[in-house]
Amino acid sequence: MSEAFDITETLDVKGESCPMPVVKTKNAIDDVPEGGVLEMLSTDSGSMSDINGWAQGTDGVELLKQVEDGDLYKHYIEKTD
Amino acid sequence: MSTDTPSAGDDESMTEAQLQARIEELEESVAELEADDDQKKMSIIATKGTLDMAYPPLILASTAAAFGYDVTVFHTFWGLEILHEERSKNLKLSSVGNPNMPVPNVVGAIPGMDRVTTKMMEKRIDDNDTATIQELLETSLDMGVEFQACQMTIELMDYDEAEFYDGVTTGVGAATALEDMADADIQLLV
Repeated sequence: MSEAFDITETLDVKGESCPMPVVKTKNAIDDVPEGGVLEMLSTDSGSMSDINGWAQGTDGVELLKQVEDGDLYKHYIEKTD
Repeated sequence: MSTDTPSAGDDESMTEAQLQARIEELEESVAELEADDDQKKMSIIATKGTLDMAYPPLILASTAAAFGYDVTVFHTFWGLEILHEERSKNLKLSSVGNPNMPVPNVVGAIPGMDRVTTKMMEKRIDDNDTATIQELLETSLDMGVEFQACQMTIELMDYDEAEFYDGVTTGVGAATALEDMADADIQLLV
């Protein structure tokens, strides 16, 4: 299966630290339509574990992909319902 | 004797009907419990008002709200400082009583040292782009976290309720907190 997906919205929280990447991701995904994908860009290394934990513990979201790109951590979250 | 048999038969059919009713009753309450369980709850008691100790309840409250939890933070004693709109912006860090501080207690006890350590901490918070107490509190309020101010300590410590952030609940006591805790999936005392 192809991993390709369209990004609906991008949230840039570069420079911000815990708990803001998770908190702002939650607020941003609320505005994404069902089936849409939120791209979240963070420089917080803790966001890799935190976003994974948040996505697992939260209804209606699915973590599609996480990419570590140097100092940048990219997260792709789908709104499922 | 002869009357026993039909009545015993009645009893059995009654029992079956009762069992059926009981099963339905239990199924209903299981469904209710499951519906209840879907809504996770966290209850935090915040008792400290120093800059370092104001962070944990607010970070956990905003994060739990991001998870979709119903969150209540009950503030009592020095924890009320966090709800005070002006003073929450100027919370202090104590330079004594913490052996991990870079200054020994005898130095930390010099007048003005709390101001120095507080300034150092504020600078780090700023340099690190860590959210401020005010930012965390307002974000949490926006996300539906309920902040409660303990009535007894409001009066004991002579707070003016009008000086709390808008949206703070007053007129609550230990029984409210206890009920929240009994209902919550996570209970914390900070």
